[in-house]
Amino acid sequence: MKASVKYSLQMVIALVVLGLLLMLSVRYGSNSNTGSTVFNSLFHFDASSIDQRIIRHIRIPRIIGAMLIGAALAVSGALMQSVTKNPMADSGLLGINAGAAFMLTLCFTFFPKMSTLNTTAFSVVGAAISAGLVFAISSLKKSQMSPTILVLSGLAISAFFTAISEGIALIANLKQDLAFWHFGGISAVSWAQLERLGPWIIVGLVVVYLMSGNLNLLSLTDDSIKSLGKNITAIRLISLICVVILSGVSVSLVGNVAFVGLIIPHIAKFLVGTNNRKVIPMTILLGADLTVLADLIARTINPPQETPFGIIISIVGVPFFIYLARRDGNQL
Amino acid sequence: MNIIETKKVCVNYDKKLTIHDLSIQIPKGQITTLIGPNGCGKSTLIRTIARLLKPCDGSVFLDSENIEQKKTSEMAKEMAVLPQSNEVANDLTVQELVTFGRIPYRHRFSTLSKVDHEKIDWAMEKASVQDLAKRRLSTLSGGQRQRAWIAMAVAQDTDTIILDEPTTYLDLTHQLDVMLLIKELNEKEHRTIVMALHDLNHAARFSDQLIAIKNGYLQTCGPVNQVITRDNLRNIFNIDAKIIQDHNRPMILTYNRWRSGESA
Repeated sequence: MKASVKYSLQMVIALVVLGLLLMLSVRYGSNSNTGSTVFNSLFHFDASSIDQRIIRHIRIPRIIGAMLIGAALAVSGALMQSVTKNPMADSGLLGINAGAAFMLTLCFTFFPKMSTLNTTAFSVVGAAISAGLVFAISSLKKSQMSPTILVLSGLAISAFFTAISEGIALIANLKQDLAFWHFGGISAVSWAQLERLGPWIIVGLVVVYLMSGNLNLLSLTDDSIKSLGKNITAIRLISLICVVILSGVSVSLVGNVAFVGLIIPHIAKFLVGTNNRKVIPMTILLGADLTVLADLIARTINPPQETPFGIIISIVGVPFFIYLARRDGNQL
Repeated sequence: MNIIETKKVCVNYDKKLTIHDLSIQIPKGQITTLIGPNGCGKSTLIRTIARLLKPCDGSVFLDSENIEQKKTSEMAKEMAVLPQSNEVANDLTVQELVTFGRIPYRHRFSTLSKVDHEKIDWAMEKASVQDLAKRRLSTLSGGQRQRAWIAMAVAQDTDTIILDEPTTYLDLTHQLDVMLLIKELNEKEHRTIVMALHDLNHAARFSDQLIAIKNGYLQTCGPVNQVITRDNLRNIFNIDAKIIQDHNRPMILTYNRWRSGESA
């Protein structure tokens, strides 16, 4: 089969899967609905029906949220792996998760009455601050930003913020409140949050898609990239800013979701090869597929209790990842 | 006519002055090879000419124009550079690698043009890697991989190609292949070649001009026969070389450490 035909087919399949998952997600959850209730809640909304209100005000925003976040985290992982030339990298390495958790801890401790909308905004700021610190430290050396120093300073800043927030949480007795955030939960995503934060994710994804050709260059050495006439620092900086926006927003919305950023880009590469013009769109779709699926399982596995979907992602994703790694180890 | 010229260039690298007051001329359409001991500043000079390092004093001219004033994208159309360590993080295919060579000619968001495809095929044919086009770099031998990199530089379609130790880590057959390919690019495609080499016999056999550097200073430069002499080799490498003539070019038969005090 011709490569372009194969790629189109794969994209169509990933899209169809996403469509099916979205439909299932709207119908099933802690309570299940008939197709007509779903249809009416979308097109003939009746505010007096509880089922329709649940679908329209709770379920649809969280599903859209899951989709956007999955795409954002997966693309962030792909960017980090390209920028650091490290197949094990994800956005956590920029200290984003730790910075967001730190701000959230501060909010819970000092402003316990703050609305979710505002705590989310603050944790985006926290993510940006810690990522900014990581950039600053790794650019201190006069030569260019080296991937190794970036990873090391990311680890250091992460450890620092994690230590402080755990200390504060311990003193203020917040362990319980933060636990759900640490496992990753998507239940609280509302229309208001989506309106405020969704556009950032969409803009970020579009920017990454437009620069996906340039990402291919990052697999060369800095000298080679420069002698091809490209500005390596600009490519790196734009990539990292996109990572901060995409994963900062996601982590603030749903908490510490591991593995999406790590495994999805590898699965995408396994399917479509190493060209980022193909890898990035596939990563976006597969990321959305995985989180929507995980969210669906999280809601239906033990109703009406909700299982943190970060746990589901690890349980679904890791065995598949190990299978891929063993089957085709040299692709990683 | 000189295509590259450095005028009193000094380069700092890691806070150390590694190149001192170096003025050289590289004639257009010839093969010029830099020789000298490890750490003498060959790579630093190559990277300075390619504008990968900024001189702290003096200037580098490409086609009589100061490279400081040139746009990076313009430089990339005039000069292709093959650095000493060329690794790729992703396991690309040969064709994907060679395609990178067309980047200087591509506009934002555009796909490959017909000319791009022709140049890529032509470059792979020149470097005899067309049969390997779909192979991944990790599956190639060292010599095949180096030819793929050279194909990328050829696809860049520049007047000048700069290579930093292109034969390192290759066995002698593959070294010869690479040298013959470079010679062919010079003779048939009229590319100006600037390279750093350790193998003096290769340097003597394939170059038009040699530039010898020691401790960051220009030691001597000129046509091969003037540079490869017993005295010069003693000064540059501290060796006592037995030089014979082969096809009107000097060839080092054997050499020993120079012992001071012994009669020459």
